[in-house]
Amino acid sequence: MRANLVLGVLGSLVTLGLLFEMMRRQRLREKYAVFWAVVAVLTLVVAAFPVLLTEAAQVAGVTVPANLLFFVASMLLLVVSVQHSSELGRLEERTRTLAEEVGLLRLQVQQAAEAARHAAEADVDERA
Amino acid sequence: MQSAPSPLPRPRRVLVVVPAWNERTSVGWVVRDVRTHHPDMDVLVVDDGSGDDTTAVATAAGAAVCRLPFNLGVGGAMRAGYRYALREGYDAVVQVDADGQHDVTYLPALLAALDDADVVVGARFAGEGDYAARGPRRWAMRLLATVLSWLAHRPLDDVTSGFRAVNRRGIQLFATHYPAEYLGDTVESLVIAVRTGCRIAQVPVAMRERTTGQASQSTLRSVLYLSRAVVALGLALVRRWPAALESVPAELA
Repeated sequence: MRANLVLGVLGSLVTLGLLFEMMRRQRLREKYAVFWAVVAVLTLVVAAFPVLLTEAAQVAGVTVPANLLFFVASMLLLVVSVQHSSELGRLEERTRTLAEEVGLLRLQVQQAAEAARHAAEADVDERA
Repeated sequence: MQSAPSPLPRPRRVLVVVPAWNERTSVGWVVRDVRTHHPDMDVLVVDDGSGDDTTAVATAAGAAVCRLPFNLGVGGAMRAGYRYALREGYDAVVQVDADGQHDVTYLPALLAALDDADVVVGARFAGEGDYAARGPRRWAMRLLATVLSWLAHRPLDDVTSGFRAVNRRGIQLFATHYPAEYLGDTVESLVIAVRTGCRIAQVPVAMRERTTGQASQSTLRSVLYLSRAVVALGLALVRRWPAALESVPAELA
């Protein structure tokens, strides 16, 4: 039981410290940090009071409390991954739109420059 | 003072869009071919993030070149083309592949068919030419063709053809909705067109030999193609069109 406490507390404290440091260096947006901070705090609570987990397992009808922990943890990770995949897709679509716009703008700039050059040449010819 | 009745309304300004990815060996020839046969049409080559000098070759051949900063796939290149056409006010867009397999002498036939259709597909199995596919690839094409014919209430024999003409309505649609996924540029775009009420027609065409590259024919690839085709079609059918998008072209917003 002792080892569980140490591992849980240590793990969540390290996570919290890392989150804080990354936010301080602006490497992590708040919206993601909040989620992971909540997870870390919950881990801390469960590590400090294992009886919470045992009771929850009893309520849910799970014989081995650790299984409940694993199940909840993997569901959480699954949800986060799916959320990230969808975010990724949205970003890809935005990148695609930007790439298309960049290509079209580049063409527009080039055509404008060419038109300006032609106009200047015509102007010179007229004066000559 | 009697003005002659105007002839059948034909698309006036036509843009030929050529999506090109590392096609330096053939793109110049394709552009010159279009310009020789159809001097009244403008040519836009969309350089889809090529690592070679596709842009330089196409520019030298006399095309306007839209150079994408990185590779987006045919769907991305074509949507850029449609956005250009929308912005510049073209009446029709024809897609021609840069590998030279699309015979540009069919362009007038494709454009003529736009008189009573919004999207015209140059079909390879509809009589002309001797294009043939075998095995799973053939079944996939059959299946897609059958489902799309049923959806469009018209016989469509070749829905994976990239040789197609589109009118103003189609330009507006595809400038907003043109899928970037594999097969999205051909099959799914047709489903989108049907689902948004566009009329689709086909014109039989013969394909030229590819001047470069080879069509993939291995069995594993064909099976992969079949399953992806089914997934792409299934998704396209259950999706909501027109989808709410965050990037609507300024001309349509």
